Amino acid sequence: MPEVKMRTISYSTAINEALHEEMARDEKVFLMGEDVALSAISPATAGLGDRFGHERVRNTPISELGFTGAAVGAAMAGYRPVLDMRRIDFMMLAIDPIANQAAKLRYMLGGQVSIPLVIRAPEGGGSQNGPTHSQCLEAWFIQVPGLRVIVPSDPADAKGLLKSAIREDNPVLFVEYRALYSLEGPVPEGDHTEPIGKAAVKREGSDITLIGIGSQARSCLEAAELLAGEGVDAEVVDPRTINPLDVEGIADSVRKTGRCIVAEEGHKSGGVGAEIAASLQEAAFGALKTPINRVAALDVPVPVHTKLEAIVLPSTEKIVAAAKKVLS
Amino acid sequence: MSEDKAPLSDERMQTMYRDMLRIRRFEETAFELFEQGEVVGGIHVSIGQEGCSVGACSTLNEDDAILTTHRGHGHSIAKGTRLPEMMAELLGKATGLCHAKGGSMHIADVSKGHYGAHSIVGSNMPMGVGIGLAFHFEGKGQVAVIFFGDGAANEGSFHESMNLAAIWKLPVIFFCENNHFASSTRVGYATSVADISARAGGYDIPGVTVDGMDVLAVHEVMVEAVDRARRGLGPSLIEAKTYRYFGHSRKDPQFGPYRTEEEWNEWKAKDPLLVAEKILGVSEEEKKAHDEAVENELKDALSFARQSPEPEPDDVYEDLYA
Amino acid sequence: MARSTSRLSRKRLGEMYRTMLRIRRFEETADDLYMVGKVVGGVHVSIGQEACSAGVCAALREDDAVLTTHRGHGHSIAKGTRLPEMLAELMGKVTGLCRSKGGSMHIADVSKGHYGAHSIVGANMPMAAGIGLAYQLEGKDQVAVVFFGDGASNNGAFHEAMNLCAIWKLPVVFFCENNQYAVSVPAEYSTSVDDISVRSKGYDAPGLTVDGMDVAAVYEASREAVAHARRGLGPSLIEGKTYRFFGHSRGDPHYGMYRTKEEWEGWKGRDPLIVCEKMLKMTAKQKKAHADAVEAEIKEAIEFAESSPEPEESVALEDIFA
Repeated sequence: MPEVKMRTISYSTAINEALHEEMARDEKVFLMGEDVALSAISPATAGLGDRFGHERVRNTPISELGFTGAAVGAAMAGYRPVLDMRRIDFMMLAIDPIANQAAKLRYMLGGQVSIPLVIRAPEGGGSQNGPTHSQCLEAWFIQVPGLRVIVPSDPADAKGLLKSAIREDNPVLFVEYRALYSLEGPVPEGDHTEPIGKAAVKREGSDITLIGIGSQARSCLEAAELLAGEGVDAEVVDPRTINPLDVEGIADSVRKTGRCIVAEEGHKSGGVGAEIAASLQEAAFGALKTPINRVAALDVPVPVHTKLEAIVLPSTEKIVAAAKKVLS
Repeated sequence: MSEDKAPLSDERMQTMYRDMLRIRRFEETAFELFEQGEVVGGIHVSIGQEGCSVGACSTLNEDDAILTTHRGHGHSIAKGTRLPEMMAELLGKATGLCHAKGGSMHIADVSKGHYGAHSIVGSNMPMGVGIGLAFHFEGKGQVAVIFFGDGAANEGSFHESMNLAAIWKLPVIFFCENNHFASSTRVGYATSVADISARAGGYDIPGVTVDGMDVLAVHEVMVEAVDRARRGLGPSLIEAKTYRYFGHSRKDPQFGPYRTEEEWNEWKAKDPLLVAEKILGVSEEEKKAHDEAVENELKDALSFARQSPEPEPDDVYEDLYA
Repeated sequence: MARSTSRLSRKRLGEMYRTMLRIRRFEETADDLYMVGKVVGGVHVSIGQEACSAGVCAALREDDAVLTTHRGHGHSIAKGTRLPEMLAELMGKVTGLCRSKGGSMHIADVSKGHYGAHSIVGANMPMAAGIGLAYQLEGKDQVAVVFFGDGASNNGAFHEAMNLCAIWKLPVVFFCENNQYAVSVPAEYSTSVDDISVRSKGYDAPGLTVDGMDVAAVYEASREAVAHARRGLGPSLIEGKTYRFFGHSRGDPHYGMYRTKEEWEGWKGRDPLIVCEKMLKMTAKQKKAHADAVEAEIKEAIEFAESSPEPEESVALEDIFA
């Protein structure tokens, strides 16, 4: 195998590179969203407007329903729109075209159309933005058959999975964690893609499996380092895609360690962690030495106040505490 | 126009000027505190748009309602929101109006008829219609005013709300502060009509565009709309052309990358406070008195906020269910 | 309200008559089949509204697009949708256009430029904007027409889609079939304007109300709007005033519940087929020739649908992902 050259870039730069490369590769790809044409607004869309022009990098009015529905239409007519929702909270105004149209049209029309649409939805708390600007809502969308839901946690996956998402012929909800935008990490040079529907082991270990979604995959890695200092060898698994979920991929790790924590930034009830825990007990019940433990946001909205927000949101420390509980 | 065509008393004009000054100084103070890291979360200041807040709210009674946006400090203050508790909210204190859970984007003081700043663009319009419906049921002649921006006028909720208020003849005033930018997007790009007030024709209701830098002009068109609403004749759409002197939020500068210094200077020359000084007839002496009074009020608000306790950890579970 | 002039050739008008008759007989047949339990799911027939379907689609090319609603049989047929496969869909056969997974409310025949009936009221308008955007990006002179009802014109999707099409000058024609009722709710109650076409002013786009019972009038208005769109001049809004002679679905009678017999009879007297027969001064012989040809086509479609197989169980798990 030829040696892959790596360099260190940020998560937002990785997204930006993926957009640049895919727009250059395929002229059917275009980007729409509020304030996307101006480089200064988001590092993820920097330079696109100047390079590809404002036909293909289209600012929109504040009309989430309108431009999301329009993206579904353009996809039906042969284009590959990429939407920028700025925040997943704002995407709530566009649930109809996502859940009722994009996800269902192909099936409902007996296979006559496909909807190659990518909805980029930045999300997450930690910036004191309050209840309506801090949510993590990917769990809602694993209830919608017909959608792919991708949640990358590091720059390499952000780039590789976004490129795959853009090439995918189905509607994809691509969740970006705002808190990870400045995170730096190694990314292969060149046309780097990652497979959709495949979990990744981010750190090998033998005592316990820490499964983390998005920002919490990062927290799990930090937790694993702290646990290592106490003699615990933790494995960290990032599902990366939660619809479809790579149940076998994550079950393999649990079969090895026998213990498992699932961490996510969304709320605990009905969360991604609940789905993973249920799938794991179906797939690997016999391998489990202890019950699966969930770390998630408390079931209250995310308050503005820094201290209150920290109480509500999951963290590295909470994961460490949960791991110790499971190991004791 | 009714009573109201009569010239305003000097006392009311002085109050209007002072309220504009209170907003300006509150926001300048908040922005400084924000830059020093004392404010929790983000803020969006409305400096430059005070003529709209005060011109509109000066026509309302305490039991009338307003709903505002992420850029809502001005409307809040003009509607009588308590400054100390508002400042405490910005500083993340337990005494804050929202107990430190809402922050700048969600200021509300329901006791003063302020039904909240709502940070999802366009979301306050259907709610304003609902408050108008409640007022209609109550039959007491109360009015609800919804403030929103030029960007929100392209949301579907605008259309649905205007139609509902029109068919049910609800006492609602749609007050569009056209500050010419939805974040970085210029109104002329995003909006298919030159005057947003023209959209009133699509609902068979009155629509008027007014100079939002002129507090008295705003006041006058509002008097008419409020009177209509109180008499059960239904909603109106008012568009006030205005300008924010600061960026959208913390990230963008006052001018550039999406507006020029020349444009900014043109609007700065029409600063609503300068305009108000002239048209309301505020003397140098009066100005000085206003300045002092406002400084003292702000000092009090700030010292209240700073001395207030932080919330307790268990507060995260409070206020979720009734 | 715009009525037809007489510039249309007899041949062209005769073709439109045939289209209307095909729609009428298809829907009567579908309704009969529904009553004997042979249709899977519900049906919403558009009987009475055929002039809108036939008039608009006569102004289109095969590579133009239509999007329609839950009441979309007429538009589907007028756009060239294959009748046997359409009837098979209604009867739950695997040879149906949607392989029996969409039913009457989701008829689509993309090969004929029919991008689907969409059963969520208002949902098709933003999608039509997107198809228009695709045409514009391709640089082709294709046009997308979106059909919707008076009820949908009060949905936020209408507003957002109209504005998008207007600012981007997309080749989209918004055709509102104002059949006076959103299920049981009269348009005059739910809609704040008498003529929905006036809402086009809110987007600085042309708007016109036509007699939706007069196929020639609909055609002429559509031809103009389609030409406007093809020239890159942007969207238009056409309102066809029309009436459905049947209930909303099978749950409500033709009249007596929310419409009076007098009103119903008044509209029935302007049945679009009769209006067209008069314009063509059709003889009994000519009428019979049309009727015979249509009956033969319908009979063939029934035979195809009846003899088609039901779906295998595996079909339930197919067509989810590309």
